Amino acid sequence: MVTAADVLDASDQARPTIDTIPLTVRVRRFNPEVSEDSWWDEWTVRCDPLERLVEVLHQIKWHHDGTLSFRRSCAHGVCGSDAMLINGRNQLACKVLAQDVAPRVTIEPIRGLSVLKDLIVDMEPFMDGYRSILPYLINDSGEPEKERRQSPEDRHRYDDTTKCILCAACTTSCPVFWGDEGYVGPAAIVNAHRFIFDSRDEAGRERMKILSEKTGVFRCRTTFNCTDACPRGIEVTKAIQEVKRAILFERF
Amino acid sequence: MATTTSPRPAAPPDAREAALGRGRPIGGFELWTWVFMRISGLLLLVLAVGHTLIMHLPAGGVDRINFGFVAVRWQSPFWRTWDWMLLMLALLHGINGLRTITLDYVRPPGWRFAITMAFYVIGFTLMVLGTVIVVTFDPTRWGPIG
Ligand code: HEM
Ligand code: SF4
Ligand code: FES
Repeated sequence: MVTAADVLDASDQARPTIDTIPLTVRVRRFNPEVSEDSWWDEWTVRCDPLERLVEVLHQIKWHHDGTLSFRRSCAHGVCGSDAMLINGRNQLACKVLAQDVAPRVTIEPIRGLSVLKDLIVDMEPFMDGYRSILPYLINDSGEPEKERRQSPEDRHRYDDTTKCILCAACTTSCPVFWGDEGYVGPAAIVNAHRFIFDSRDEAGRERMKILSEKTGVFRCRTTFNCTDACPRGIEVTKAIQEVKRAILFERF
Repeated sequence: MATTTSPRPAAPPDAREAALGRGRPIGGFELWTWVFMRISGLLLLVLAVGHTLIMHLPAGGVDRINFGFVAVRWQSPFWRTWDWMLLMLALLHGINGLRTITLDYVRPPGWRFAITMAFYVIGFTLMVLGTVIVVTFDPTRWGPIG
């Protein structure tokens, strides 16, 4: 009798062997129950060159050190859980391949938010900024009979900023946010842009007033770190400038 | 007791407008200081670079600038206005820049307020002193111009 195990073994043997490569992963660790200070740990593993860094971290967590902590969910660049400072640049661990960083990669938590454990940071200040700009459609002109319709041109106006997955890569690459986490940060402005320029929304002015505060869009120094960091390729700095201009000319 | 089942009346349009911030000004201080930094920057580009080219770079540099030099130069209202505008704009621009940096790096609200106020007082004092000098400077009070 052929058992399921036999089938699995056979399929394992049938699988082409992969030329694995060595990868040294250096991770900045932190655990308040162990030490007040962070420390560095290093593992050298063998992996498929096309493996994503998030899987390499899994390999370490599952086979080398179960205490290693990081966030991830979708593993496909959609949920925004696993933004990390990878070789000094904010990236999603699930969108970086082993071959792109081999033979050695350094991983740290994203900056400007307090670290809870290892690569997990407290996202609350980031979410506070996001919530402050009313990130939902506001339209009190009465309920429509069907859906709220919009021309392709009107939809296109804010298309770029609909792509945000709230990974915080932009906001935690911003030097103004590093200095003052009260600053709403690029991600909040991107999401404000998404509604300010939506023809169906009526609260653009309210959002622009919120963004005219001391914590708002005029703290931006146009460093472009956010645009470089965004894993979704959103033109973050451009969106911020468009919001500034809308406030300046009260046009949107 | 009868319960009212009539639907919630729609908010009157002007109340809704008010809730959404229509009609209330947007922008304000942060917007206008942001605009000011850009306009004063452009003016400073002319005033400060011009000032450096005229006063600092020619042979002799600042060593040739003495009482007589200033006395002659400031006979012209043009140069008085130039220097006064350079002083005012550099102070306003510089102090506002320091205000922004304080917002960035000083988090305790008390310290933030105290440091910003110190910058305002220093800036205001220097503006008043400078204006008094530019307006009242009269070299003849110290004898004939040489
Ligand atoms: C040469 C002409 C100048 C130009 C074109 C210029 C332009 C600017 C601009 C556009 C900003 C705003 C930066 C931003 O918000 O991203 C700025 C900031 C600043 N400027 Fe100037 N400026 C000039 C001269 C000066 C002078 C003479 C001073 C000193 C008195 C000064 C001190 C500052 C400071 C302290 C800041 C704040 C820096 C920051 O926001 O991080 N600038 N300048
Ligand atoms: S704008 Fe880009 S980098 Fe910023 S939170 Fe959204 S997806 Fe992440
Ligand atoms: S795990 Fe979801 S974006 Fe990387």
